[in-house]
Amino acid sequence: MTSAVFVLVAAAIFGLGLHGLLVSTHIMRKLLALNLMLSALFLLLIVVPATIDGRPDPVPQALVLTGIVIAVSTTAFALALMVRLFRKQGHASIHPDIDPRLLRTRISSKAKNHASGDDR
Amino acid sequence: MTPPAQLLVGLVFVPLLTALVAVMLPPRRRRWAVLFGALAWPCLLAPLSLAVAREGTVSMIFGGWAPPLGIGWRLDALGLIVLWVHALVGIAALASAWQRFDPELSESGPFWSLWMMLATGVNLALLASDLFNLYVALELTTLAAVALIATDDGIASLAAAMRYLLLAVLGSLMYVLGVGLVYAQTGSLAMHQPGVDELNHVALVLMLTGLMVKAAIFPLHVWLPHAYSNAPGPVAAIMAAVVGKVALVALWRIWFETAVAPPLLLANFLGLIGATAIVYGAIAAYLQPRLKMVIAYSSVSHFGFLLLLLPLASQQAFQGAGFHVLAHGLAKAAMFLAAANIVAVLGSDTIRHLPGLDKRMPLEAFTLALAGVTLIGLPPSGGFTGKWMLLSAAWQAGGWFWLLLIALSGLMSAAYVFRILALTCFHPARRAVHHLHPRPPKVTSLAALMLALLAVVIGLYPHPVLELLGAGMPGIAP
Repeated sequence: MTSAVFVLVAAAIFGLGLHGLLVSTHIMRKLLALNLMLSALFLLLIVVPATIDGRPDPVPQALVLTGIVIAVSTTAFALALMVRLFRKQGHASIHPDIDPRLLRTRISSKAKNHASGDDR
Repeated sequence: MTPPAQLLVGLVFVPLLTALVAVMLPPRRRRWAVLFGALAWPCLLAPLSLAVAREGTVSMIFGGWAPPLGIGWRLDALGLIVLWVHALVGIAALASAWQRFDPELSESGPFWSLWMMLATGVNLALLASDLFNLYVALELTTLAAVALIATDDGIASLAAAMRYLLLAVLGSLMYVLGVGLVYAQTGSLAMHQPGVDELNHVALVLMLTGLMVKAAIFPLHVWLPHAYSNAPGPVAAIMAAVVGKVALVALWRIWFETAVAPPLLLANFLGLIGATAIVYGAIAAYLQPRLKMVIAYSSVSHFGFLLLLLPLASQQAFQGAGFHVLAHGLAKAAMFLAAANIVAVLGSDTIRHLPGLDKRMPLEAFTLALAGVTLIGLPPSGGFTGKWMLLSAAWQAGGWFWLLLIALSGLMSAAYVFRILALTCFHPARRAVHHLHPRPPKVTSLAALMLALLAVVIGLYPHPVLELLGAGMPGIAP
């Protein structure tokens, strides 16, 4: 019963992440979405084959540990690549000729409004 | 553990140690370390080839720890062939990279160790005998390949590297999800699962889709053309000849070994995807203005070709596809190396800017033509042998659609190869070239030519390779 709840949660997070990965243009958001999907994946890997004869199964836990290490290093490398790309082309998107205004996130434009409001 | 099995350790640890040593050395010494590493491979592969020819497979288990927690390695005929392509292309690419990544250049610093990390990942992926180690190896390969594509540090190559990274991580994510479902079903991570009648179809489709992203099979190929055409020449050669093939070999293994009885409908569907890839890649290659883009799209076409093994699924088709991996790898690497020289001397690889190539760079023009012969599959070349065996496999299976498609694919390859030759060597306009940069040393041209020649020579003497592949693959009916 509880495992069914975990599986459903994992599926929901995975779907959220996939949506974010496909829809967002900013690389940072894409990476966050990928990390969300990875978390869902690890949750699923731990939950599905949880126990053998009442004891926890060590193999999936070893796999998830390896997976976390790989995910962390991949993310770090991707972030470094994103910074490099940002310095070269002025915006962090994989479409070189995108309008940079499209990349401005809602939060940052709100913050900007807020800041300009303070100035007045 | 018999003596040849210990050599398997060397195949992974020689490049790994070379990478670590190269990081510690001062920049001007790094390429020497890599030279030793690259020359060690053939020495390791020669005794292993004899062992594989004698016994079929060579396997070992690390430190006596039994799987699933321990790690087992296994080398079979198919893996051996890709390893040989890797070793040969590696040596030729080394000759080309020697001057290109001169220690005086700032970008040369990380190149040599990254290359050896890529080699570590590739060799590990070919040796892995369980599904999770395959994932780790493919991930290592991807990260090193992304960094290598980005070595040029231009906007185009950085964006291409980023796109490749995002898609490859998505692909490996789907693959691991499939592996998790396989473990949940069978309680084992072994690539060859004896006690299983039928694998969970969702898991199978997830693993295949993940690997198809990495192998750049048609609808999932979007990262490939930009990545290959913006990578430095030696990197593009290794990527096209080996890195894409590794994912395809993994796909074949999972299809035939792990999925004991894959559904026929799925096999035909994947065959149709391969067919679409062949046609789309060839048409796109014909339309490209840049030489490196033509070669890159030609890879999309040929990777789709290798997917035809799934619906044909016979001993003969396996031999043909394995042989095609060898011939295509050598020819494609030769083309990328020649194209890199052309870019270095003429400053451009736009085909319309290269008339009179046969006069200015005769060796490169000859290499392109000779490698093109293998891509088309004209009779004396290695490409012909592979294609012929696939053709006769389709004939015996009565698959008329595949038969027509394989015959047509040669014609379509001929279209884009002859377009390159017609516009560069037989074009009436002998336009003056504005920039003529200093020639790279002749050894780089000769290395590319050697690979192209080798791709033809294996067509003249195909028997050793075909006998090696004759042992087949578990899961393919003899």
